[in-house]
Amino acid sequence: MFNKLGLALDGSEHSHRAADKGIKLAKLSTNATIEIIYVVDGSQSKSDVLHYGDTLTVSRKREEMLSIFKEKIEKEGISSHITVLHGLPAETIINYTNETNFDCLILGSRGRSRVQTMILGSVSHKVMKHVKSPVLMVK
Amino acid sequence: MITQKLKTEWLGNIRGDILAGIVVALALIPEAIAFSIIAGVDPMVGLYASFCICLVIAFIGGRPGMISAATGAMALLMITLVADHGIEYLLAATILTGILQLLFGVFKLASFMKFIPRSVMIGFVNALAILIFTSQLQHFVGETWIMYSLVALTLVIIYLLPRFTKAVPSTLVAIIVVTAIAIFMNVEVRTVGSMGNLTQTLPIFALPNIPLNFETLAIIFPYALALAIVGLLESLLTASIVDDMTDTESDKNKESRGQGIANMLTGCFGGMAGCAMIGQSVINVKSGGRGRLSTLVAGLFLMFLIIVLGGVVVQIPMAALAGVMIMVAIGTFDWSSLRNLHKIPRTDATVMVVTVGTVVYTHDLSKGVLAGVVLSAIFFAMKISKVRVETTLESNSIKVYQINGQLFFASVTDLLKSFNFNDDVKKVIIDVSGAHLWDDSAVGAMDKIQAKYEQKEIEVVIRGLNKESSLLMDKIGGISKASGH
Repeated sequence: MFNKLGLALDGSEHSHRAADKGIKLAKLSTNATIEIIYVVDGSQSKSDVLHYGDTLTVSRKREEMLSIFKEKIEKEGISSHITVLHGLPAETIINYTNETNFDCLILGSRGRSRVQTMILGSVSHKVMKHVKSPVLMVK
Repeated sequence: MITQKLKTEWLGNIRGDILAGIVVALALIPEAIAFSIIAGVDPMVGLYASFCICLVIAFIGGRPGMISAATGAMALLMITLVADHGIEYLLAATILTGILQLLFGVFKLASFMKFIPRSVMIGFVNALAILIFTSQLQHFVGETWIMYSLVALTLVIIYLLPRFTKAVPSTLVAIIVVTAIAIFMNVEVRTVGSMGNLTQTLPIFALPNIPLNFETLAIIFPYALALAIVGLLESLLTASIVDDMTDTESDKNKESRGQGIANMLTGCFGGMAGCAMIGQSVINVKSGGRGRLSTLVAGLFLMFLIIVLGGVVVQIPMAALAGVMIMVAIGTFDWSSLRNLHKIPRTDATVMVVTVGTVVYTHDLSKGVLAGVVLSAIFFAMKISKVRVETTLESNSIKVYQINGQLFFASVTDLLKSFNFNDDVKKVIIDVSGAHLWDDSAVGAMDKIQAKYEQKEIEVVIRGLNKESSLLMDKIGGISKASGH
């Protein structure tokens, strides 16, 4: 039933919890795949370029960070690949998910404080609202 | 092929570019005015600069979709020049800055930017944020609670409005609301008008009115050099950020040349030197701007707004601009570097802090960068000059010295210390397969070691020289041996 899974990550601690749940969900089917989705927004671009220099190193560092999740998934015998997207996190995840037709989108919740949510808004809330496929939000 | 490229760069994204350009123009006004006030010149100087630079860069810049205009980093470098010598010298320095940047681009020196360590760049950005913030403090001196609350209101609008709509830049809405309050409630606060005049005319071409002699050059050259370096630094950093945001590549040398020509022309049209803006470029890309058209629209719409709204602009309270600048400072600061300060290597953290400290102390970004680069070079030499020497006895009469590391002027003293020339052996083998000889000091040290053992009639064999090192040994060693021993 859940064959084609999307796993939206931000690289935080919560991403690991989301990945673990994703693996459990994928194991329910015989040949499920998990696509790791990572969105780079403007401020992430700024701090990554500032810290790692050229864009080549920046993409390599991201690949390294995401391959931890990929290996974790593949170790459980589930095939997986990484997709890096650029744009506003919520909007980009929503558009991509609706184009790709996942059986389920798994989403980590970073758990921002009330003040942060007031200013920045909640990515997971927006995604839940506008994504057409089922969404699993991992707290 | 070329026309195809031009077409995509200009017309590939017409709707997105026009809308984003308008948003950027609106967001540029308060910043251009505030940066002029930081530099100590009329608001028109920053506005003309932003208009000219946007226009020129749209055509000849190397990074489509990047926004260049009057910036805080550049404004901060001009303060003393303007205070000591006046606006005409600033315009001349701006033209010279352009010439230097053009030369940087022509001689493809953009790649030298890679020698500036990351921790220096982070220090640069953080110092810039601190200076923008502290430059606003003067506006608070001797003010009433009315001014404080207007600043607070500005910040509240700037940070909360995006929760409800992202269609208009929140900074502009904040400026409009606060200005309206000041006008309709008739409160007595300082405005842009009290800082300088605003003329509603297009910039005109005029060369700076200064004596063309060596003395003038001696005054403006140090400023121009600092401006050129800081401008390119921020521009190339911004270009990489836009590269990453849009997942495309850009021509950094072309961008250097473009920045140079833009500044030369800006100086001729009465504008102050500028460079690429991280914040505005991010706004542009986020608003959907990708192509050259977005930069052009930003420049044109900015000029249109000044001509139409010039009369209103003078009534903007300084409190509103101070609020915008505080937001710019907060947005510029790299907060992750503060959070991770205890995690990164001690030397990197030191370089970052020294860069920031030097800038805050000297009020000169270029001096901070220089201090940071020099300190990193010293740390690098210290790290790399650590040589490990392991000794083993191969038999009773043969001793092996295994050298690991980089041999050059900074490491040879330690190297010599790790040899015991009183060894009671017949033969010493120096294994350098884990080492690299870099310069004449390294070859000299090897010669010296050999000579000292030979004095005691101990045979020395050097083994495992890599190709480059042995070439160097042959080249220099031959000379020093023939003359020395």
